[in-house]
Amino acid sequence: MVNTIWAAMILAGIVYAAVQGNVGLVTTAIFSQAASGLTVALNLLAIITVWFGLSRVAARAGLLDALARLIAPVLRPLFPDIPRGHPSLTAIALNIAANVLGLANAATPFGLQAMKELQRLNPRPDTVTPAMITFLALNSACATLLPATAVALRAQAGAREPAIIIGPAAIASGAAMLFVLLVDRWTRRTSGW
Amino acid sequence: MTPLSWTAWILPGLVAVTLVAGLRRRVPVYDEFVAGAAEGVRLGLRLIPLIIGIYIAVGLFRESGALAWVAQAAAPVLAYAGFPPEILPLMLIRPFSNAAAMGVIAELLQEHGPDSFVGLLASVMQGSSETTFYVATLYLGSVGIRRSLHAVHLCLLGDLVGYLAALWATSVLFLA
Repeated sequence: MVNTIWAAMILAGIVYAAVQGNVGLVTTAIFSQAASGLTVALNLLAIITVWFGLSRVAARAGLLDALARLIAPVLRPLFPDIPRGHPSLTAIALNIAANVLGLANAATPFGLQAMKELQRLNPRPDTVTPAMITFLALNSACATLLPATAVALRAQAGAREPAIIIGPAAIASGAAMLFVLLVDRWTRRTSGW
Repeated sequence: MTPLSWTAWILPGLVAVTLVAGLRRRVPVYDEFVAGAAEGVRLGLRLIPLIIGIYIAVGLFRESGALAWVAQAAAPVLAYAGFPPEILPLMLIRPFSNAAAMGVIAELLQEHGPDSFVGLLASVMQGSSETTFYVATLYLGSVGIRRSLHAVHLCLLGDLVGYLAALWATSVLFLA
């Protein structure tokens, strides 16, 4: 899936540029995009470094245990195959909290941490586990209570009420979340997981 | 006071609480921060090729004009579901790149006005969806998973449902 989409986007770009008689664009686009990808990746590296450092201090201070105890009853039914008290549950909880609050900066580092912990439970390291699929689905279709980026873009464009979209965005993201969780539950059952 | 100004307190609050709790437990906070941060650096380095790969594909697709062309070709299908055709490039690019989606939205807001139906729908869609493909490949790639089974399909399906729900919620709340 990933490989096909990736190749399709690049090939479509090359073919379309060629049809338009502008193949030269491909060369410049590839390297300028690689450069901006590197900038983004280095930025993300800095953000991850900060959050990983902070969350380790928080873990040593006992703060994450408290959070895990608080959120475990909600997450357990969604992740029946994660052992009780496993650190992945805390990372998942932090990722969801960051998503709900619209803190995109914090969501990614916690999400990556969750994947790292989930991978420790994986008997076949090259294959995705049911818990990872549930987590990816939940992370990508997570109810958002504060869509900060969208509100900021609207404020910038001079909207009368930039925050007016918070309600419908919460409804739409909540519906998507419910849907993916139901489909995930159903695929887990039919594939015998 | 913007409605979101209290969120400015979340991060400073978290950092302060973490440090105070750590010091009270006699945790060597700086040493632990550095140890955790080192893990972050190792992970961050693994992400660089993944991100550059996505950026090349998305950038080429958009800058060559292929995105606009595909959006135009798909317009009749999505118009059937009730989506305004202007919104299509956003739907197509949103799962792949946050930066590209923000650019598309800024253009839509400028062209149609932030309080037009297209402007409202674009904002709701941005606020209710994620860069699913990007995030899924990054997360799976970060731990070296090659066989992702139906994980990516499920995430993209969730996007589609989110878009339909956004269209419904926007129509009901703002067109009535």
